[in-house]
Amino acid sequence: MHGAPHPYWNPLIAGVILGLVLLATFLLTGHGLGASGVTARVAATLGSWILPEATSANAYLGGYVKAGAPLAGWITWEVLGVILGGLMGSVVNRRFRLKVEGGPRLTPGRRLATAFAGGILVGFGASLARGCTSGLGLSGSATLAVAGFVFLIAFFAAGFLVMRLARRAWT
Amino acid sequence: MSFPLYDGGFWTALGLGVLFGLALEGAGFGSARKLTAQFTLRDFAVVKVMFTAVIVAAAGLWLAEVSGLMAPRSVFIPTLFVWAIAGGGALIGAGFALGGYCPGTSAVGLASGRWDALVFIAGMVAGVALFAWGFEAISPLYWAAAGPKGQTLGELLGIPAPAILIAMIAMAAGLFWLGGRLERRFGGPIGAADVTRASEGTPPAKPGARRESLGSA
Repeated sequence: MHGAPHPYWNPLIAGVILGLVLLATFLLTGHGLGASGVTARVAATLGSWILPEATSANAYLGGYVKAGAPLAGWITWEVLGVILGGLMGSVVNRRFRLKVEGGPRLTPGRRLATAFAGGILVGFGASLARGCTSGLGLSGSATLAVAGFVFLIAFFAAGFLVMRLARRAWT
Repeated sequence: MSFPLYDGGFWTALGLGVLFGLALEGAGFGSARKLTAQFTLRDFAVVKVMFTAVIVAAAGLWLAEVSGLMAPRSVFIPTLFVWAIAGGGALIGAGFALGGYCPGTSAVGLASGRWDALVFIAGMVAGVALFAWGFEAISPLYWAAAGPKGQTLGELLGIPAPAILIAMIAMAAGLFWLGGRLERRFGGPIGAADVTRASEGTPPAKPGARRESLGSA
């Protein structure tokens, strides 16, 4: 059904390409690449459908709703592009697979539970930090912002620490 | 022509996003097992790709400034809110080790057909809703200890940008060398063939690997 997948790029080559894309983004737009901003906009949109009054009154999400069409924005178009580019890369290189990917010890159901729990932590954390690995870690550090490096130190320290507990979920 | 162009248009956003997605997917970052193998020290792709990209972009921005192509401080530089950014960064690191992705890579995981990435994204939206629900209580932490607006490492330490770049290159070289040694020790980096099998199973350790000596692994 599938041909053999093409290998991934050498990480240093991938890093140079990603760095050039990031540089082009700065030169064209005046800011870097991001991702987590779109989750706040999706949350504001869903909230405005399910709980319109509470969402409009909310101190964090209300601003997105009041401005109208919370999804319409640069970050949404960029993330649509990320999905499109990821799809092109995975299909052309035969790496696209409809599957649940996780460690060999986890049942698919348990893997989806860890994915959801991890997602909650990341969604909350990106709101608190005002950005994620893309917006702060990658783009912030590329401007040599102190904020970017503080983010990266906390991100890697917590990642290694939690992996000591979560190791059996992945190996 | 003077950069940045401050182009906020749809097609530029979409085009840059496509290139970002192609780069992340090509690096293998649509795979949760490859991403999390950074934290088991088996695969240093996350560190190698990120640090290389940061150095390339930072060097390019510096060159654009000194060549006069770009005015100084004309790109967005995030401001430090030390507790919010350290706390949020730690939560993202924890959620990454548990859930397998960060926001950008979950979009690429979804684009690679991974159901776990879709569920992770649903979790992120729930996490944002939880944050919004508790925002009044979190607000003091969110605004605490604001640093100088858009402060850079060079300004904080009183060192010129090229010296910071050279230090970063030296650190990256050391880290990549160490990473290569650890990768060989812990079973080698994870390839596309390892994560596209129908059943996960444990990929065979490469010759010379000492995975069995890890005990819990």
